[in-house]
Amino acid sequence: MRQLVILSGKGGTGKTTVASALIRLSGARACADCDVDAPNLHLVNRHYSSGETAPYWGLPLADIDPVLCTACGECEVNCRFGAIIPGAPHRVDPYACEGCGVCVLVCPTDAINMRPHEAGTMTLYAQENRVFSTAQLRTGAGTSGLLVSQVKKRMNEAMKEDIPLAIVDGSPGIGCPVIATLSGADVTLIVAEPSLSGISDLERIVKTARGFGVRIAVCVNKANINPEKAEQIRRYCERETLFFAGVIPYDPLAIEAVNRGQTIADTPCPSGKAVREIYRNILPLLERGQTGV
Amino acid sequence: MKIAVPVEGLGNDTAVSASFGRAAGFLVFDNGEGTTKILSNDAAQSAGGAGIRAAQTVVDSGAMILLTPQCGGNAAKVLLAAGVKLYKTQPDVSASENIKRFLRGELTELAEIHEGFHGH
Amino acid sequence: MPKSMRGFTDTDRMGRKTIAVLSGKGGTGKTFVSVNLACVSAPSTYVDCDAEEPNGHLYFKPQGFRAQKIDVPLPRVDSARCDGCRKCVDFCAYHALAWANGSLLVFDELCHGCAGCVMVCPNHALSEVRRNIGEIREGMSGRVRVLSGFLNPGEASGMPIIKALLERKNGGAGEFIFVDCPPGSSCMVSESVKDADYCVLVAEPTLFGAHNLKMVHELVKLHEKPCGAVLNKCLPGDDPSLDYCRAEGIPILARIPFDEELGLLNSNASIAVLESERYRLLFRELLLEIETEVPDAAAGHP
Repeated sequence: MRQLVILSGKGGTGKTTVASALIRLSGARACADCDVDAPNLHLVNRHYSSGETAPYWGLPLADIDPVLCTACGECEVNCRFGAIIPGAPHRVDPYACEGCGVCVLVCPTDAINMRPHEAGTMTLYAQENRVFSTAQLRTGAGTSGLLVSQVKKRMNEAMKEDIPLAIVDGSPGIGCPVIATLSGADVTLIVAEPSLSGISDLERIVKTARGFGVRIAVCVNKANINPEKAEQIRRYCERETLFFAGVIPYDPLAIEAVNRGQTIADTPCPSGKAVREIYRNILPLLERGQTGV
Repeated sequence: MKIAVPVEGLGNDTAVSASFGRAAGFLVFDNGEGTTKILSNDAAQSAGGAGIRAAQTVVDSGAMILLTPQCGGNAAKVLLAAGVKLYKTQPDVSASENIKRFLRGELTELAEIHEGFHGH
Repeated sequence: MPKSMRGFTDTDRMGRKTIAVLSGKGGTGKTFVSVNLACVSAPSTYVDCDAEEPNGHLYFKPQGFRAQKIDVPLPRVDSARCDGCRKCVDFCAYHALAWANGSLLVFDELCHGCAGCVMVCPNHALSEVRRNIGEIREGMSGRVRVLSGFLNPGEASGMPIIKALLERKNGGAGEFIFVDCPPGSSCMVSESVKDADYCVLVAEPTLFGAHNLKMVHELVKLHEKPCGAVLNKCLPGDDPSLDYCRAEGIPILARIPFDEELGLLNSNASIAVLESERYRLLFRELLLEIETEVPDAAAGHP
């Protein structure tokens, strides 16, 4: 089984648009949306019936027992995150609480405990031979590598042995969720944006991906917005011996397709044509995988 | 000498875990005694700092050799401070088989430590 | 008329209005909108709270960009007093401490600065020192006071930087303060929105955009803030974000059409209202819309 992960560095580059098209073109029967803060893949990844949901338990947060609380204020004084709301009884603000446990330590009446906190919901769609794993982090929660790991784990566990390719829509950024997304990947396709900030973000995500020994391919989306910067990216890939997979033009038809819940591979359009080309270009990388020559 | 490997499951024929920090557990083989035990990894459920907690488990087990597909910067810091040596596992081969290959001198040292992120 | 108004207790405000600009996802035009609004309402203040990926200063290129270091507490061990009991290692919820080879290892970037380890140590072997996680920079760009947050790469949380930025937001001239929030709807965005008088939600006219708009709208509702929407990169045809706004009764403050020329300007970090009369007018109108929507700052004072 080969795993292809679509990453970007910065959000808004078109990762999900590209990922959904590749899923359609490749017929991949296993996929996952690891952008747990703002998942979008399910909006264009139809063809699944109902999914099985499960709660995601994030960082345990403090919880004050109103019966035992004497409102002495020790917790408030010692909380570094402004997470205690004074009153009779005192209460914890779950949006500010960082789960450190200091209040538990200082409470003279043992009124405070750390409780698992439902920080999101995971959904698994599995039917016949196909599986799609996704999740949604709750508003105000911290982005978590743990949730990403669980999304992938659920995809892997639900997969039958004979699925040759899994495609994962990754999270933006370069942090812990991206590292969790890269774990176990064979190839990553980075969707870059031809802008000043896009290039700086590309460099950071390449640096992160390199540490994983995963094969790196780069494509430029909305390339015609700034052809000079798009060319800069192509030259950067050459210098850094990264596989340059191609460019995709800005395409209003892409938006129309997405708004209909379709991928750009489902309807004739310039961006769809460009993604087909990119798919053809990265196929050899997928076949070779991590240890191929 | 004890050799540790991050594993996906808790059975003896288990596969090597793709992730070190969030492995289900660690298989620890004692070369001297010829015994194997599997320690569960409580970092698998943690929201952050999983690599560090996992590394602590390995260090506490007394293993001085770790066979792993990859390792993050934070975990490596703990392991190296304790003097644990890191070797790269071979893919598509069980944990036990990797240990055999290590003992035959077939595994190479782990060269790439990936940038760990440091957030929750 | 919107309800609310938890934020109106700051007497330093002096009639200034804080406008938070947010979007569910990166790349929708938050910075584009906040930078241009700040410019067109000058004298004003622009605050870049996206400390992980700050971009506003690339547009403004502020003069005399003075930096102020932002430090957070960090435990330091006195090894003479430490007996290896590991209570601190076991206490730390973030696994920022480890014990190897007879000494305590501290992982700076994972530490949240709660001081719990210092408290649990039975030997008083731990004390706190300050550690630098980034900085804020302040400068002027024409009559816009630019405040930007820079988190050092690899750091856990930009929260202390955002808090420091917001403490300084009221120090400038003019009526408006525009807060360019981080993308998403996480705790950092929550912090950026807390003291706002009004929120501008920037959204794209796509299915994804509408989905992300909904999430950030939920956050704004949680904080009970009045808000309005700016639809960006609009094209003819269906607009699911517009549909969402209508269904939720969110006033549409402006609809900015997709424009390749603008895309080029932005990718080169140029400020549209300075380069184009059309955009200067568009943003002046948007500013007027915001002015009529923002509740009078004096109205909520006790």
